[in-house]
Amino acid sequence: MDGPLVNAPLRPDVSTTSVAEETIKAEVRGLSFFYASGMQALKSVTMSLAENKVTALIGPSGCGKSTLLRCFNRMHDLYPGNRYDGEIVIHPDGVNVLGPQVDPIEMRMRMSMVFQKPNPFPKSIYENVAYGLRVRGVKRAGLIDEQVERALTDSALWGEVKDRLQDQAYNLSGGQQQRLCIARALAVEPEILLFDEPTSALDPIATASIEELIAELRSRVTILIVTHNMQQAARVSDYTAFMYLGELVEFGDADDFFTNPKQKRTEDYITGRYG
Amino acid sequence: MAAELASSNRMEPQALRALIGRNKQSDKVFAIIGLLAMLVGVFALLWLLIGLAMDGGSRISWQFLTSFPSRHADKAGILSAWVGTTLVMLVTTFSAVPVGIAAGVYLEEYARRNWITDVIEINVTNLAGVPSIVYGLLALGLFVYGLGFGQSILSAGLTLGLLILPVVIVSTREAIRSVPVAMREAAYALGATRWQTVHDHVLPYSTGGILTGIILGLSRAIGETAPIITIGALTFIAFLPPAPITNEPPFISFEWLMAPFTVMPIQMFNWLSRPQAAFLNNAAAAGLILVLMTVSMNALAIWLRYRFRKKIKW
Repeated sequence: MDGPLVNAPLRPDVSTTSVAEETIKAEVRGLSFFYASGMQALKSVTMSLAENKVTALIGPSGCGKSTLLRCFNRMHDLYPGNRYDGEIVIHPDGVNVLGPQVDPIEMRMRMSMVFQKPNPFPKSIYENVAYGLRVRGVKRAGLIDEQVERALTDSALWGEVKDRLQDQAYNLSGGQQQRLCIARALAVEPEILLFDEPTSALDPIATASIEELIAELRSRVTILIVTHNMQQAARVSDYTAFMYLGELVEFGDADDFFTNPKQKRTEDYITGRYG
Repeated sequence: MAAELASSNRMEPQALRALIGRNKQSDKVFAIIGLLAMLVGVFALLWLLIGLAMDGGSRISWQFLTSFPSRHADKAGILSAWVGTTLVMLVTTFSAVPVGIAAGVYLEEYARRNWITDVIEINVTNLAGVPSIVYGLLALGLFVYGLGFGQSILSAGLTLGLLILPVVIVSTREAIRSVPVAMREAAYALGATRWQTVHDHVLPYSTGGILTGIILGLSRAIGETAPIITIGALTFIAFLPPAPITNEPPFISFEWLMAPFTVMPIQMFNWLSRPQAAFLNNAAAAGLILVLMTVSMNALAIWLRYRFRKKIKW
């Protein structure tokens, strides 16, 4: 532990009171993370995700917010030498995502991820959305058709692409590509949707449409979004966490967080004094 | 003081123009050196081709392609040689391609990074530079005598397969490495296994590069003489290997694999060692056809790369 002041990231009363009335979908408990280089990117982070709510992670570059997000679906396991310490417990079954017996693939099947830069496969629009289902061994064409249409509708893309599902995905604009990636993530009906700065490569109009989409999805799926755009966090999130140098500085209800930050460092950050 | 410093360091437009002019001088010098270097290559090849065409062009005819070698230069042809080359290449392709791609994929996507893989990597790269006659010696011991394949098409194909294996492995790895990390992560994030990611994404997106490597390897193999001589190809052969398709069930025969054979470079070499000038013309004609075979393989490589790259963008 780094001493009481520095390590006052989460005052239990702040987080528990604010998330208490909600159903908890996931709990991060004392999570530390070390990259293969030995660099510690997360320092004993503890927080929870409320079910069917949007939780935003904000903080300056290199504060560990993306690292935390990528712990949820065990993306760090793709690269050798990375090490987790602590727990991420998913409810209702109470499984520890980081448990040694847990298969990372199971976690990736239960959570979907949308990346910073739109990364559609160089395949058709249809195949992009269908791929998650194919991985899950879905063979029935009718079922896949249905899911593809539903996912594209949910990602507000169906109207624009329904007549050209067999077109290559890279013919879409950047914003459309990112919505396609959201459709790809939604088609497998994930329990948690992870967004890693989904609008940082998009123009303001495309950004607005993605934010709208997140607002619509919030009632149906638990969302964790990383953003370095504070206005975005204020617009889309129900709960907000501020991270700095691998620590969770403050976490709480979004309205409180932005209007009445409890920590000096949070206040400095949201008022633009650094970051 | 500060203003003075700034103005004294700033260059006058006149001086700037002079400087740019001098900088551009070296641009011109390099352009000329580069052009000359390129012309050396182009002219050498042209000279070679024209020489071959002048000596052997008149010998190229249907008769030349469909005749066996003969004591009479004007009746001799390259039938057994080009059939032999084609069949050997077939064996080479079917042995080197699956093994090379599998090894490349394994090294790039599956193998853990440690000193063992580093050693393997260095070895694979170095194998590409081992003189081909060494492969011939290896094959003589391993395929011809050890495994008892004899002096057959199978032995020759496998030998050349070994020879181009490093090329296929290296180009497969390069092609695979050019697939962006974002594509892999997208697949893994959807719950795909390593194999699903490789099979559904990595391999399809790198097909163009892999094919190019394969064909470059094959174009090297097609002209190889030393290892083929080492394992004992015949230099005079007046029959074809058994046909791969028969009219009795099961209609497919693999007897040709064990047949003796010759290949184009050996046929050329044989003719070159004859004293009569007419045979030199035959050798030139055979050389022309060999170059043609190589050029068409390279053209195929370029076309395939173009076709596959056109479909893939990120």
